[in-house]
Amino acid sequence: MSTSIQYLLRRLGFYAIAAWAALTLNFFIPRMMPGDPASIIFARFRGKLNPEAMVALRETFGLTDEPLLGQYFTYLKNLLSGDLGISIAYFPQPVTEIISTALLWTIFLAGTSLIISFSLGTLLGTLAAWKRGGRLDSFLPPALAFFGAFPYFWLAMVALFTFGFGLGWFPLRHAYGDAVTPGFNLPFMIDAIYHAFLPALTMVMVSLGGWMLSMRNTMITTLGADYITFARAKGLPSKMVMLKYAARNAILPNFTGFGMALGFVLSGALLTEIIFSYPGQGYLLLEAVRAQDFPLMQGLFMTITLAVLGANWLVDIAILFLDPRTRR
Amino acid sequence: MATRKNDSILFRWIKGIIHNKKALSGSLLVLSFILIAAIGPYITVDPNAFLDTPLSPPSFSHWFGTTGQGQDVLAQTISGARQTLIVGFATGFFVVLIGALIGGISGFYGGKVDDVLSMIINIFLVMPGLPLMVILASWLPPGPLTLTGVLVITGWAWNARVIRSQMMALRDRDFVSAAIVSGERNIRIILIEIMPRMLSLLASSFIGASIYAIGAQVGLEFLGLGDVSTITWGTNLYWASNDLALLTGSWWTFVPTGICIAFVSFGLTLINFGIDEVTNPRLISERNWRKYLPKGKGNDGITPVIKTHA
Repeated sequence: MSTSIQYLLRRLGFYAIAAWAALTLNFFIPRMMPGDPASIIFARFRGKLNPEAMVALRETFGLTDEPLLGQYFTYLKNLLSGDLGISIAYFPQPVTEIISTALLWTIFLAGTSLIISFSLGTLLGTLAAWKRGGRLDSFLPPALAFFGAFPYFWLAMVALFTFGFGLGWFPLRHAYGDAVTPGFNLPFMIDAIYHAFLPALTMVMVSLGGWMLSMRNTMITTLGADYITFARAKGLPSKMVMLKYAARNAILPNFTGFGMALGFVLSGALLTEIIFSYPGQGYLLLEAVRAQDFPLMQGLFMTITLAVLGANWLVDIAILFLDPRTRR
Repeated sequence: MATRKNDSILFRWIKGIIHNKKALSGSLLVLSFILIAAIGPYITVDPNAFLDTPLSPPSFSHWFGTTGQGQDVLAQTISGARQTLIVGFATGFFVVLIGALIGGISGFYGGKVDDVLSMIINIFLVMPGLPLMVILASWLPPGPLTLTGVLVITGWAWNARVIRSQMMALRDRDFVSAAIVSGERNIRIILIEIMPRMLSLLASSFIGASIYAIGAQVGLEFLGLGDVSTITWGTNLYWASNDLALLTGSWWTFVPTGICIAFVSFGLTLINFGIDEVTNPRLISERNWRKYLPKGKGNDGITPVIKTHA
């Protein structure tokens, strides 16, 4: 057990370094750009912002007369105390406040669709590899590869147009209707699921193929192993061989890929949110880009990065339970 | 001698692609879009001109209808191909170049060098791409150069990792040891001895990176981070959404562009499947054997001991 704790701590150390790298990048990108960041910002916002907003903006970026290293430490200190600065688009609301409500919606939408597409894709991959060359194996992968070729958000546009606008089966925007009050009550939850259905469906459609193909490929390799032949020779029921012998082992690379794909899927989810005007991180990102709200953009980058790193660590823990070899 | 050998490799590749159904159809698909991108702007009407009532549906005078600015959608779709494909392929090229450089060095030298470089690769791998791209692109002047740069910065790590592991596998082969013993310089070993053996990996990495670049580029431009005054597939979608295409029911402003993007990506994916089959001997031998085997049997590499499924 002590070795597994060591392993988890080592991974945690890596994520801490990755988080530090992201923070540092976040600090240096504006300062590495051609020209002086302060004058870029102030030139863009001259006349549009009142003096207090300018002072807040200056403080957010630590664009003071301090030497660079001093600015860097002020910046780190502010972040560690949870201060991401003040938004320009939603002045004078602090960035942390704006992001925290939106974060819940993104976790709900992206998380649910990720889990559905991962489990469904893995299951389909297992079945396709088991009956290799069968109907499922020859029809589904090319079809899903074709769907995967569309940009996430474009498929979302088509889905919204067809089922929301054309047929009127689904709501056109937002995460819940006006008639319900947010909270732990049944009508609200049903309404939230109803609003999330179409965006989640498009995300599942686009990402399903990847999970299925990678599971199918590892599963085929696993099925060639001697212990599978032995399990079959023993006369074990074929469902048991498929699920407990082959799939149990073949799922591990897929799980590692889960952590890896998280950032990518999340990027697609953010664009999907924009199409559906879903009040999550993606929608905020669009607002931030439109208003050139730099503090909000940086805050979003930070929260999303930290969320992805955290989720990766959870995947590490899950692998520890699934793969006895890492526990040794 | 060396050139003749290279010629024959190239020749074998072309032959392999022509004989492989997937690779051939993928290549034709992609080549036709490259052709459209090259000559398209000379044969269509001016894509920037105001021609007809805004948002008029497809008709004989405008096959794909008009945009919210009264421009011809067909002309915009065709001329949008050029910059999108150039940025996509350029990104693919630089991603592979940087990936080969960093992954190659990391895999070849190992030790401390590998520790540091792998750490950097892994950090870039876990960082979510889109928000980082947004931050970078929002500070730089909008345009194709910014897009390429941003896409390369966020996309190189995956290729570096793949190339690194391939390099580690090849480095232990006898021919590399022989080259080291005979006193060849490391640069020469990497470039002349090892890299040619990775050609198929590099080719499929290039294609994979181009697919990624086209998708991510369109996403960034859709957000409004490209140069919205130029015509690309991404800005077409940006304007479609800006002109409320969804709420006005004008599906023709975004459907053609999306289908083009999907066709190019799908064509590239097919080429990659094809390369895999052409260069992976296991898949080839299996395909050759299949015609001698009874249908549906013996193609899973397992000797049937008991009847497992009816």
